Amino acid sequence: MEKKLKLSAAAKSNTITYSMVTVAFILIYLLDMMDVLSNSLSGQLVPICAYIVMALSLNLTVGVLGELSLGHAGFMSVGAFVGVVVAGCMDGSPDILRFIVSMIVGGVFAGIAGLVIGVPVLRLRGDYLAIVTLAFGEIIKDIINCLYVGVDASGLKIAGSAEALVLGEGGKVLINGPIGAANVPKLSSFFAGFILIMLTLFVVLNLINSRAGRAIMALRDNRIAAESVGIPVTKYKLMAFITSAVLAGMAGVLFSMNFSTIVASKFDFNQSILVLMFVVLGGMGNMRGSIIAATVLTVLPELMRAFEDFRMLLYSVVLILVMIGTNNAKLKAMIGKYTGKITAVFKKRKGETK
Amino acid sequence: MEFLFNLINGISLGSIYAIIALGYTMVYGIAKMLNFAHGDVIMVGGYISFCAIFYLELPPFIAVVLAMIVCTVLGIIIEGLAYKPLRDATSLAVLITAIGVSYFLQNSAQLIWGSASKSYISILQAEPIRLFEGQLTIKAEAVLTIIVCVIIMIALTLFVNKTKIGKAMRAVSEDKGAAQLMGINVNRTISTTFAIGSALAAVAGVLLCSSYPTLMPTTGSMPGIKAFTAAVFGGIGSIPGAMLGGILLGIIEIFAKVYVSMELSNAIVFAVLIIVLLFKPTGLLGKKISEKV
Amino acid sequence: MKKIVALVLVLAMLFTSVACGKKDEDANVIKIGGIGPTTGPAAIYGVATQYGAQIAVEEINALGGIQFELNWQDDEHDAEKAVNAYNTLMDWGMDILVGTTTTNPSIAVSTEAYEDRIFMFTPSASSPKVTEGKDNVFQMCFTDPSQGVRSAQYIIEKGLGTKVAIIYNNADAYSAGIYEGFKAEAEKNGVEIVSVTTFTDDTATDFTAQLNDAKTNGADFVFLPIYYTPASLILAQAKSIDYAPVFCGVDGMDGILTLEGFDAALAEDVMLLTPFSADAQEEPVQDFVKKYEKLAGEKPNQFAADAYDCVYAIYNAIQKNGIKPGMKAEEMCDKLIETFTSADFSYTGLTGSNMTWQANGEVDKAPKGYVIKNGAYVEL
Repeated sequence: MEKKLKLSAAAKSNTITYSMVTVAFILIYLLDMMDVLSNSLSGQLVPICAYIVMALSLNLTVGVLGELSLGHAGFMSVGAFVGVVVAGCMDGSPDILRFIVSMIVGGVFAGIAGLVIGVPVLRLRGDYLAIVTLAFGEIIKDIINCLYVGVDASGLKIAGSAEALVLGEGGKVLINGPIGAANVPKLSSFFAGFILIMLTLFVVLNLINSRAGRAIMALRDNRIAAESVGIPVTKYKLMAFITSAVLAGMAGVLFSMNFSTIVASKFDFNQSILVLMFVVLGGMGNMRGSIIAATVLTVLPELMRAFEDFRMLLYSVVLILVMIGTNNAKLKAMIGKYTGKITAVFKKRKGETK
Repeated sequence: MEFLFNLINGISLGSIYAIIALGYTMVYGIAKMLNFAHGDVIMVGGYISFCAIFYLELPPFIAVVLAMIVCTVLGIIIEGLAYKPLRDATSLAVLITAIGVSYFLQNSAQLIWGSASKSYISILQAEPIRLFEGQLTIKAEAVLTIIVCVIIMIALTLFVNKTKIGKAMRAVSEDKGAAQLMGINVNRTISTTFAIGSALAAVAGVLLCSSYPTLMPTTGSMPGIKAFTAAVFGGIGSIPGAMLGGILLGIIEIFAKVYVSMELSNAIVFAVLIIVLLFKPTGLLGKKISEKV
Repeated sequence: MKKIVALVLVLAMLFTSVACGKKDEDANVIKIGGIGPTTGPAAIYGVATQYGAQIAVEEINALGGIQFELNWQDDEHDAEKAVNAYNTLMDWGMDILVGTTTTNPSIAVSTEAYEDRIFMFTPSASSPKVTEGKDNVFQMCFTDPSQGVRSAQYIIEKGLGTKVAIIYNNADAYSAGIYEGFKAEAEKNGVEIVSVTTFTDDTATDFTAQLNDAKTNGADFVFLPIYYTPASLILAQAKSIDYAPVFCGVDGMDGILTLEGFDAALAEDVMLLTPFSADAQEEPVQDFVKKYEKLAGEKPNQFAADAYDCVYAIYNAIQKNGIKPGMKAEEMCDKLIETFTSADFSYTGLTGSNMTWQANGEVDKAPKGYVIKNGAYVEL
């Protein structure tokens, strides 16, 4: 008992987050095993995991570091395509090994992209930084659109056009420019997704509660004050940005290995915005919120299928209303009053029973 | 000759970007928000003018005016319903709301006008201009676009600098609180800005669709993003900056397409943007941000 | 508090999807699932296939024999959403799949359908990758390379062009596939290709650079293996820069005359190779066109006819092999594969006569050449 009391508020909150994810996983996993889960939901489990990891990693950049990034899908894209190439080259190895190696290499490449982008970008501020990340996201998309990768007996071959990609006997095309990769091996599973979420949480939460994390948040809250007490700006900013990129790349690998085909145009501006929506709705810097928002917003359009063509229209209306409801001071106060009343009732009852 | 041909095409495309970018930049300057739904107002302007010409058989000029009126009203409604309640919220919350509005407009357009694209009827039924014994052919629309762009630029500069409302706009963009204390109605000024930006979007929609005669619910998205890039390129918040940024972007895009790579033209446009921002972090004509401690 | 509300919401959602997720086996009808984009930029193709299939199902049900039920789901032309749509249909208890409309989503869905043993018949996903290695996936349209080869042969036979330019969408499997087939065949036969330019969906508005390249290289014949929306832009922009070669399209060009606001004079003398024309005088075609116009308010394109044919071909096959409602989907799948690949099964519909299917799922049918004269198709 005494030991428990010693846990800091942060550690307590983290424990709740970990256990929430674990309980949710076990519950859904069991339901899926028992075949009670609808096909629709069980088919979305892996993408949901990937989006949760995306939301968590973007929250690190936007919520914790405080820099708006509009190109996060670019890192996902790098991870996804590198993962596809690695898995394609390792044809014949055991699936689990292929998956893990793809995941690691995909993450590393996304991290390198993060470094290349982060060094120039992080010198900018505010909306200018946002637009440059948007630009990088589009550039990554366009470059992958021009990439033709194949593998044959002599090794990996990369070319800039379909004609230039000459493969030997038995060679196969892994990435076919804008047409993307087809026949991607299906290596992802819900369990793998869960492990990746836990890993992401572990990395992100530990980073936040470390010395580096406090420095990063100090930069967010007041850069000049932080700089004046000797916090190296570039180092910590890059640290957060690259970590975020690596995790996004891994999410990309998880995502691509769930569908037999993947195209670069999937990871466009809209995809980045989608992930940003998870973060904003879940609350800046609030990891638990990101997880819930990513889940709800991924499942929501599917649940709205009954509305047919009005589905996306309704989705946009819900989005606008939620944003206004949670951000307008007056409405917030009104909602707060009601919820306040409810909690008051609860508290009262609790008091009575005691 | 080919160079001249491409240059004129680039300036014409850039002029459209510039007109759209003006809307972005004015709204940003005053409300400090990225109005991502702006591109979709262009699309609405395109559809309204198309309907006026094709179904109602109105003369092109009246169609343009009608599109401007509808878009202005639409702009004011969007601002009043979606953005006004968020005046004190974080800029990110407003950004996401703007994206919600953008989805809303696109999906409404699809439900109203159907998913099939329309072939836009150019408002200018004129022969192309032929120079140097037919070696150089210039689209009539290209010339019109450039002229309209110049007129808008001059009119807007005069408006912002000489009129009372223009002064109010500048004051609000400098310091919202101080402007309010001086008796300026901030809310009305912001609404006016949205109205002007949306009217410009309607003009841009008509010009865009006349030069590239196709119209579908997503017509505004890519030009919207490019114009936003142009606004940042020139220095967001600055009217001449939006103009310069737009035209340069158009020229770079066309030249990249012709002389470098068809597929990578967008990437090149964005790369140039990044390089410019690295050397001039607030855009070509942007104000230097002074740091407050 | 907010968090608790959110958590309750998540649980409620989970619950509803569990609750409504169980298959209800309706023994009286055969459940046909359909997937295609009915929202987003590719919606036009999805909507066309949806209506085409719907008309066929209504007609078949009116006959009074075997009853079909159609459930069409939107995929927004996105592989992820297409798999979601597929799973939604599986929850509904789909027996046979007509779809998906577009290529990339089709590849993703076909992998799932192959694992689940659901018979999949795509009206318009034309890449060979869709059927590759999957015995249960069949196509109603030509595969892209074969269409490219046929187009080239046609042009060579008729001696239509000496200097050929090609403009194609290299972000589109359909367009790129036809281009590769066409180029290989044209080069083999010594046709001079003077200009090859590309565009992507992001840059599909301004074609002056591509047209100028063709013009300066002296091309007198421009091959456009693309859909009609960009094609309409190319025709308009060619006119505005005084460039008037012979334009030739493929089946994706069909629909250009139905484009609202399009000046048919621009398409005068444009050639296209397509298995379906809404202007054909045959009675079944005219009957279909009438019904489609009533339903959708516009003329049907080839996509609609393909989907219509898909449903009817399945119906014919069922008549032949005695599939009954209430059978397991896997069983239906095996029977349909057997029928479609059997030597004595052929189908005559709107998009061709005596079509047969190979074991790899590809269709054998002949394209027809049309030229546009005075705003109508004239058979070549």
